Amino acid sequence: MTEPAISISGLVKDFGTTRALDRLDLTVRAGEVHGFLGPNGAGKTTTIRILLGLLRKDGGTATALGLDPWRDAVPLHHRLAYVPGEVNLWPNLTGGEVIDLLGRLRGGLDPARRAALLERFQLDPTTKCRAYSKGNRQKVALVAALASDVELYLLDEPTSGLDPLMEAVFQQVMRELRDSGHTVLLSSHILAEVEALCDRVTIIRAGRAAETGTFDELRHLTRTTVTVETARPVTALQRMYGVHDVHVNTTHATFSVDNKRLNTVLAELTMFGVRSLKSSPPTLEELFLRHYGEDAAVEELSAAR
Amino acid sequence: MNGFTGTAALARLAIRRDRFVLPGWIIGLTLLLAGIVAGLISGLSAQDLREETELNVNSPGLRLFGLASGASAGSYAMLRDYLTLAILAAVMSILAVVRHTRQAEETGRAELVGAAVVGRYASLSAAVLVTVAANVLLAAMLGLALVANGQPAFGSFTAGASVGAVGIVFAGVAAVTAQLSSTTRGAIGQAGAVLGVAFLLSGVGNMLGSADASGLRVVSAWPAWLSPIGWGEQVRPFDGNHWWPCAVAAAAFFALVDTAFLLTNHRDIGRGVLPDRRGNATAGRSLRGPIGLTWRLQRGATLGWAVAMLAFGVIFGAVSEQAGRMQGSAREWYARWGGTDEIVDGFLTSVIGMAGIAAAIYVVQLLLRMRSEETGGTLEPILSSAVDRLRWATSHILTASLGAAGLLLLFAIGTAATAGPLLDTPGLFGDLTLAALVQVPALLVVGAVVVALVAFQPRWSGAISWATLIGAILLGPLFGPTLGLPQWLQDISPFTHTPKAPAAEITLLPVITLVLISTVLASPGLLRLHRRDLLLPA
Repeated sequence: MTEPAISISGLVKDFGTTRALDRLDLTVRAGEVHGFLGPNGAGKTTTIRILLGLLRKDGGTATALGLDPWRDAVPLHHRLAYVPGEVNLWPNLTGGEVIDLLGRLRGGLDPARRAALLERFQLDPTTKCRAYSKGNRQKVALVAALASDVELYLLDEPTSGLDPLMEAVFQQVMRELRDSGHTVLLSSHILAEVEALCDRVTIIRAGRAAETGTFDELRHLTRTTVTVETARPVTALQRMYGVHDVHVNTTHATFSVDNKRLNTVLAELTMFGVRSLKSSPPTLEELFLRHYGEDAAVEELSAAR
Repeated sequence: MNGFTGTAALARLAIRRDRFVLPGWIIGLTLLLAGIVAGLISGLSAQDLREETELNVNSPGLRLFGLASGASAGSYAMLRDYLTLAILAAVMSILAVVRHTRQAEETGRAELVGAAVVGRYASLSAAVLVTVAANVLLAAMLGLALVANGQPAFGSFTAGASVGAVGIVFAGVAAVTAQLSSTTRGAIGQAGAVLGVAFLLSGVGNMLGSADASGLRVVSAWPAWLSPIGWGEQVRPFDGNHWWPCAVAAAAFFALVDTAFLLTNHRDIGRGVLPDRRGNATAGRSLRGPIGLTWRLQRGATLGWAVAMLAFGVIFGAVSEQAGRMQGSAREWYARWGGTDEIVDGFLTSVIGMAGIAAAIYVVQLLLRMRSEETGGTLEPILSSAVDRLRWATSHILTASLGAAGLLLLFAIGTAATAGPLLDTPGLFGDLTLAALVQVPALLVVGAVVVALVAFQPRWSGAISWATLIGAILLGPLFGPTLGLPQWLQDISPFTHTPKAPAAEITLLPVITLVLISTVLASPGLLRLHRRDLLLPA
């Protein structure tokens, strides 16, 4: 396997007395689209800014494309493109001027790609930046970044201002990037987006990587929701190990079950004469809620591990 | 709920936000007036006052800067300092009104506030109310400053009111420009342009006016009556004590504020009445690096400065010949600055020195853009491209230095253009050009302080930079000798060390020393900029 595009281990960053990153680990393999998920304030933007050499790390190691982002900022930036989460532009420049300027500062952009992206994102490049909405400012930054053919794209919540139509365009562009072998770190708190686009995902919480892996691996840690209709009323469910949230209405039952107990629980169920059974894999939403929503759920999760 | 609901709450918010800024302005202007009256004017004999006043009446050039109304100490104080106070009061008002209206909209704060139980007119009325209150307070404080110096009470407070009235009219002007322009910069620029025109109208009106029978009073020509600054002058404190021009000012204020309220009905939050123009779909050739970008960002400000510097160069050149006939303390002042008995040379040295100080303001203004780029978030996309911090900082330093040199050259060209035919001095153009360029090293020192502050003390860099500049101006040749400061104190100011050209030969030692000092001051700043975290918006 080739060298990872991004390699972070034990990364620490303090702002005064606040610890923004607390021994964060993150590895992004070359050629993958990596989801970087976390609630607001978890440290996603801080991590990306350290990867850009805009902030200085207080501990640990962080390299991007094999380079130290603080020391080798300029050579590194020739090979990557960045879309900030909060896009601030010069009010008296037009969108088209900003796209060209940022492209040139990075060392050039592809005019054909620029034109195609403007078309796809339906962005008017003659408008002054002060007149753009948040979504349109985001499009300016996206076109400026995506019009350059670089190895690594760092995208910090790139779709937070886009409407669903434009989000679909964005997802299509991301798939094209992945198919052409580019590496993307996509930070987001929109689960459907990450689920649709990413090969692997790292979940960050309070400055630490809470989980990392493919979606299949992460789902392994979570529960499957089962709806079942049986010939005889189910009686033993509540007492079964690994079964939660049970709702029984004589012969109808809904419950969730830890994936590693699934086989045992299903075996028990067959004894009641299963007539129909529907199981659904956990969505990332549920996975997320377990991590951040209910502390109890988080504790259970770690106990089950 | 009506259109004014929430005004009181927003006014309290404005007062809270301005709790240092507005008192700073008021106290600063009060101390300025009190200091000048106590230090310079109280000691003058009746004979001196008479001569100084006659000098102004007899010199149309000097009439640009004040209207003579009798020869009492109070009248002379107003003749000398009314214009400065009035312009500064107007600037205070413009900045305050725009800060609480257009700037709040541009930054999005107004949207947050507007969604609460707040009427359409509340933000504007709160801004205007607070600004008018500040001007009333300023008028009272100026009056007290004069009374404390033994001036007649009625005349003193009338004088205060004549200054406050100008501030209040410009609160109205800014209320309108804040509706017209969709940007803070634009609103301030438009109101500033109105202020410039007001100054020129009152100055030209006085220039074209005539002396009355006493020889101590100028009766202004009609252009002065078109200007709010002219109205304040026509109050003639300590002389006629006419209050009715204040009523004209009040009427203008109400008309302007009324217009501003009408305009708010015809525009959306965040937009101006004037439409946003479309621009280029692609970036031009000049916009390809950090220097191109910095120049583009500073182009508008630089052009405004260029027009002003050229205009003042032309004006000062035009009065240079009359300056040669000056007598008394004014003559001494120019001669001392120039270190010469040749009064015309002294005058030219002084005005070029003043142009250097003006250019220093420009340098500070431009370099502080580094700070606003950092906190405004526009630095992030630059530094995440293949531009390092040194290159970015250098682009700002180069733009400010070259821009300042260009402004000084324009001033020299303007002065030479009008002074040349009058003075008939051979080699004047070359002398003035050199004299203009020799101002630059002192500006570099000021600029280096700003760079160091932005690097080491970013949060307070704006305030400390301006304070440093004001200190350098006060200790320098413009005020230092007049205030009788000891030489070592004056030597702290870089302006003190600028060669006194064209009156004296240019010596290289101080020039080289100033350049070295600026390098020594700026280098640690640049190193620090290279090493510290950026203060990016969340």
